[in-house]
Amino acid sequence: MLTIPIETQILFAGILFFLGLIGLLVRRNMIFMLMSIEIMLNSAGLVFIIAGNHWKQPDGQVMFIFILTVAAVEVAIGLALILQVYHHYKTLDADAVNKLRDQNSK
Amino acid sequence: MDVFFYIAVAIAIFSTIMAISRRNAIHALLYLILSLLAVSVVFYLLSAPFIAALEVIIYAGAIMVLFIFVVMMLNIGLEKSMEKKWLNPRMWIIPSLLAGILLVVLFLALSNVGSLTENKGDILPKQVGISLFSTYLLGVEIAGILLMAGVIGAYHLSSQNKKVTHRFLEKK
Repeated sequence: MLTIPIETQILFAGILFFLGLIGLLVRRNMIFMLMSIEIMLNSAGLVFIIAGNHWKQPDGQVMFIFILTVAAVEVAIGLALILQVYHHYKTLDADAVNKLRDQNSK
Repeated sequence: MDVFFYIAVAIAIFSTIMAISRRNAIHALLYLILSLLAVSVVFYLLSAPFIAALEVIIYAGAIMVLFIFVVMMLNIGLEKSMEKKWLNPRMWIIPSLLAGILLVVLFLALSNVGSLTENKGDILPKQVGISLFSTYLLGVEIAGILLMAGVIGAYHLSSQNKKVTHRFLEKK
């Protein structure tokens, strides 16, 4: 029913993916970094839906369900890690968690 | 139908930009939920009504509620008169306006195509389910194992045990 070329639709997914990537690189707050990863996963799923719509096959939607599962697990683990980091460091700044860094190479 | 697609795309991109540029985590989450709703309208227009419903229920419903609970537990941006700030229309007028536009778009799209089953191009949940539990059965089982690992991992990470130090790192 849409007469939009598939290139435009994939361009939309690409814009969303790069917005997520920019958010991941620019923000140092861990909650925002996790949200940016969500945006990127969602746009990856969007490409599957676009392709499934293009070839009229259900496989794209099946792949989206798998991506949804991965995203749910990733958010649960990521938020538990964020809670632990906050209890140890009392901050959500990703740069504060640098115990593994080589202290000699500043 | 194309104009609905472009409206939803514009709202999704705008709210994603707002989500990654807000300072307050709750405002960012509000915009992120709006972005997910806009993408869900796009899914509906891309003849995937089942995935559109899943996007609203699981992404905007469950995952975002997890985020909001964590933001609430960590008390990010604690201020004295938070309630007064939240009741300030400046904070929620743009997201609710855009969500209203999305609702109008969804209604118009629904009234254009008639009922869901009459729509010829749609890939219906029945096909998805048959494909999911025949061709991709192994993937479903792996996803089940992944979910179990996630549950155990989240439980282990969030349990408040005493601080454990390796014996080599202990101070003599």
